Amino acid sequence: MYSLIVFLPLIGFLVAGAVALFGAAATVPAPEGGHDAHGHHDDHHAAHAEHDDHAHGDHDDHHHAVEPAAPGSRVAELVTTGLLFVSAILSWVAFISVGFGEHETQSIKVLTWITSGAMQIDWAFRVDTLTVVMLVVVNTVSSLVHLYSIGYMAEDPDRPRFFAYLSLFTFAMLMLVTADNLVQMFFGWEGVGLASYLLIGFWYKKPSASAAAIKAFVVNRVGDFGFMLGIFGIFVMFGTISLTDIFANVATVEGKTLHFLWGDWDAITVICLLLFMGACGKSAQFLLHTWLPDAMEGPTPVSALIHAATMVTAGVFMVARLSPLFDLSPTALTVVTLVGAVTAFFAATVGLVQNDIKRVIAYSTCSQLGYMFVALGVGAYGAGVFHLFTHAFFKALLFLGAGSVIMASHHEQDMRSMGGLRNKIPLTFWAMTLGTLAITGVGIPGTEIGFAGFLSKDAIIESAFAGHNPMSGFAAVLLVIAAGFTSFYSWRLVFLTFFGASRAPKDVYDHAKESPLVVLIPLGVLSLGAVLAGMVFYGHYVGEEQAEFWKGSLFYGPENHILHAMHEVSFLVKVSPFLAMLVGLAVAYWFYIVNPALPKKLAAALPGLYKFLLNKWYFDELYDLIFVRPAFAIGRLFWKTGDGAIIDGLGPNGVAARVQDVTARVVRLQTGYVYHYAFAMVIGVAALITWAMFAGGQ
Amino acid sequence: MTAFPDFALAGPELLLAAGALLLLLIGAYGSEKRSSLVSGLSVLLLLVAAVAVVIGRDGSTFGGAFVVDGFARFLKVLVLIGSAVAVVMTQRFAVAEKFFHFELPVLIVLATIGMLLMISAGDLIAVYLGLELQSLALYVVASFHRDDGRSTEAGLKYFVLGALSSGMLLYGASLIYGFTGHVDFAGIAAAAAAGGSTSLGLTFGIVFVATGIAFKVSAVPFHMWTPDVYEGAPTPVTAFFAAAPKIAAMALFVRVVMEALGPVKAEWQQIVAFMSLASMILGAFAAIGQRNIKRLMAYSSIGHMGYALVGLAAGSEAGIYGILIYLATYLAMTAGAFAVILSMRRDGAMTEDIESLAGLSRTNPTVAYLLGIIMFSLAGIPPFAGFFGKYFVFAAAINAGLYWLAVIGILSSVVGAYYYLRIVKIMFLDEPKGAFEPMGGEMKAVLGISGLFVAAFALVLGPLGDAALAAARTLF
Repeated sequence: MYSLIVFLPLIGFLVAGAVALFGAAATVPAPEGGHDAHGHHDDHHAAHAEHDDHAHGDHDDHHHAVEPAAPGSRVAELVTTGLLFVSAILSWVAFISVGFGEHETQSIKVLTWITSGAMQIDWAFRVDTLTVVMLVVVNTVSSLVHLYSIGYMAEDPDRPRFFAYLSLFTFAMLMLVTADNLVQMFFGWEGVGLASYLLIGFWYKKPSASAAAIKAFVVNRVGDFGFMLGIFGIFVMFGTISLTDIFANVATVEGKTLHFLWGDWDAITVICLLLFMGACGKSAQFLLHTWLPDAMEGPTPVSALIHAATMVTAGVFMVARLSPLFDLSPTALTVVTLVGAVTAFFAATVGLVQNDIKRVIAYSTCSQLGYMFVALGVGAYGAGVFHLFTHAFFKALLFLGAGSVIMASHHEQDMRSMGGLRNKIPLTFWAMTLGTLAITGVGIPGTEIGFAGFLSKDAIIESAFAGHNPMSGFAAVLLVIAAGFTSFYSWRLVFLTFFGASRAPKDVYDHAKESPLVVLIPLGVLSLGAVLAGMVFYGHYVGEEQAEFWKGSLFYGPENHILHAMHEVSFLVKVSPFLAMLVGLAVAYWFYIVNPALPKKLAAALPGLYKFLLNKWYFDELYDLIFVRPAFAIGRLFWKTGDGAIIDGLGPNGVAARVQDVTARVVRLQTGYVYHYAFAMVIGVAALITWAMFAGGQ
Repeated sequence: MTAFPDFALAGPELLLAAGALLLLLIGAYGSEKRSSLVSGLSVLLLLVAAVAVVIGRDGSTFGGAFVVDGFARFLKVLVLIGSAVAVVMTQRFAVAEKFFHFELPVLIVLATIGMLLMISAGDLIAVYLGLELQSLALYVVASFHRDDGRSTEAGLKYFVLGALSSGMLLYGASLIYGFTGHVDFAGIAAAAAAGGSTSLGLTFGIVFVATGIAFKVSAVPFHMWTPDVYEGAPTPVTAFFAAAPKIAAMALFVRVVMEALGPVKAEWQQIVAFMSLASMILGAFAAIGQRNIKRLMAYSSIGHMGYALVGLAAGSEAGIYGILIYLATYLAMTAGAFAVILSMRRDGAMTEDIESLAGLSRTNPTVAYLLGIIMFSLAGIPPFAGFFGKYFVFAAAINAGLYWLAVIGILSSVVGAYYYLRIVKIMFLDEPKGAFEPMGGEMKAVLGISGLFVAAFALVLGPLGDAALAAARTLF
């Protein structure tokens, strides 16, 4: 069953990829012939054209409305989506049987992969509660996004390629979460990175999309480098990269030192920090976060799936998976807490002033990931994974809802050109509202009744208060402030988009209409998750039944009583995020409903702060100055001076030029006069005799 | 002491001499129409002589002035094949260009006799006789197209410079005789070995003799005549010049320095190495600047003689073996290349411009591929014949400790590859400029056989290598 779950998306990828490849080959060289050869697809095209009209009226598409759809688009859509739904259903079966059954952690070997000396690497699935939680998250969101994309991408000519990438991503993500060893995890890790790169740059004709794809890839490389070093470190210290063996031997390594760079450090701390560096890259944590907002250049379903619900949580998953290791290094956990809290706060502040609807949600994602890391940092791994779980639902919901809004408003993403859409697209409005209620954490304090985000986020804030590491108090304060900000920017988004008077051109507003059913179904399902996921699973993830639920797949040391302590915090702490949320809501209401002129005045009154936030704390500019430009300068130096002037100049080109010089001279010697030739001979004899006299015979 | 020399040993030479006189009679008393008969009979004569060489026995006669051994027979066969191919390729061309007379094949036969004598020379007198017999015939042949100014100029230049070099050779020979008291190689060797330190006179003699022979192999700095004569002489004559006389002169060079001057290796090794080096470098560099394919082949042959001299500079059995292999491959490559050059006829006129080969791969792909193979081989690219020749001489040089010679030689062959590959590029990548007239059957045969030989050289290396090894061994 697990093989099916993992490999069905791969089959989908291969089928859609083949369709895309052969479709491209058939259409590019001979469009006419290709059309004839694929006559049976024409029906699909025709059906699709009608469908397009129905869905989008007379919209022109983003970039290439005139191009015909690739042949076999419908086949690719149906195959990938169908396989993903099968995979998703199987994931829920696995989730129930593992999470609520009696299964111990099991390892299912598929193949031997690498055998080299002491290193033995298998393709194997590690099946425990953490795995099945991730399976459910990944496959549920992925299948819904596949379905949604059928509607959202209806006008795109390259749909087979798009669905192939989506399925490839899903496969790689499943490889990552089911990994039984670190190399397999790294394979999945790189696979999702690749798919992310391909999907961000899906509209590769758009320069900003290509640039964003490269940026995402390069920034992730930085993190991946740390991850690799971490894996190497583990192999050095443990002699294995199998998770089971590592966890069994942590005690033997505890307290040992590892020489790294210039000094000897506590081995586990070094390894954990390096691994965390990888997590920072993938999960867009502070300092390595710059790629995530830019990644919004990709199609919206991609943002929902990869850059909100699944891939970016890979870092959280990895730390949770390696909790037996992290639990032994208070230093590493402190760093995790600090980075998480700063990210949560930083991203929330930037989110306050962004105008692009997707970028607001992107910074929100960044901020929420920070929450998860804080939970991990204080040792409340269950709370972190719980937030990962609920966040997947409501963040995917928000993104897909935003996609629906974007479709309705003629591919406009700037919220300043929206407004008043409540009546035009009521279903999308209600879905977005539910998502906003979930992310802002609406619920009844002191009880276990509330939207998904209420339960999971409050659990994190409580655990931060209860935590013991030096940064936990600081983190808790930052998180409460961030919760207020979250509420503000989330409601700001809703108010700007759905309320007030329309700021869009009249014809756009008039043509705005509700999205088709394939788009609305995923919104409905995810809304259900956003409302219920917290209440249904709270007890299992962090509450009374957590030990039976996790069955040791998350590690809590003997000193780690955080899950009990978090329930013991004072009522004031429990109610504080709720109050912050109310404040954020009130301010947003005041700013955008009661007195819409106020935000502009405030921005004018505090231009420095406003610019600072609007420009994302100037991180892009800073990195450009510190890394990008020097890198370009060095590259140019090596290219122009090193390769061009020195190697080419003195090497091939220089030699060739000298050869031609010599040739010209030698040819000039050949004058055609006999006496010149005779003279040369005589001189030659004289020279040879002279040489023979003085050098010969010695 | 035998009263009468053993003429049977010189059977092939005598056969050719008698045959040449007979052909002269046929030609003189027959009409012009007979001249093609003379050509045919010349080829036959040369091939019969080759057979006679192969089945002949070893020995020496005329008081040691005439030596037949494995080395001589190997090279004589090459020379006879080269001459025969030259005659084959001459007929049609000379008729078309209206300079054909029956004397042309006869002169080639006479020159060939001179070459055979050079190869078999056992003393300095025989060396000079052979050399002059060859040279006098060649001077005439070079200017055979009397009505063509370039041809007569070529002949005159060759004659004047050739006379100068003969003078140097004679002067050197007299010095050697004066300081050793011998003209036969064995006697010179013994006297040189006995003398302890080499006298200055002997050194002078060696340099002058080497100079005279170097002129014939067109080694730098005695190469100046080569491009002009190659360009000026009628093309079939150039084809003849490029192959057989070079082989004979190289054989003579090897025999003189190995047999007569073997004991004073230090005296000549540096000179040979220098000439080799200079020839390789000049051949590589100067050829790049050429647009005329015959001049290009002239520099090419200068370069190739430089590579062959690497083997002589090594002065070892492996070196001589390398030379023999090199000369065999050089013969095949030259014959094939000239078969194409002789067929570069378009709109009733010959062309010698390299650019006129443009697009040959489309107008005549078979010829283009064969010539392409030959060019790759000339550049020394495996697995073609030229690679093996270079490989053996460079290996010998390295074993003899002449690392710098090998390194510079390989570098200059890199430079040289440029102009060979340029021809390939012109044939395969440039736009066609119109097709050549169809090749004659004999040209096709020469090109086909040499192309196959070059391409499949790895297969014939076994038997050929055995023969060459046996030949090389006779000098030690």
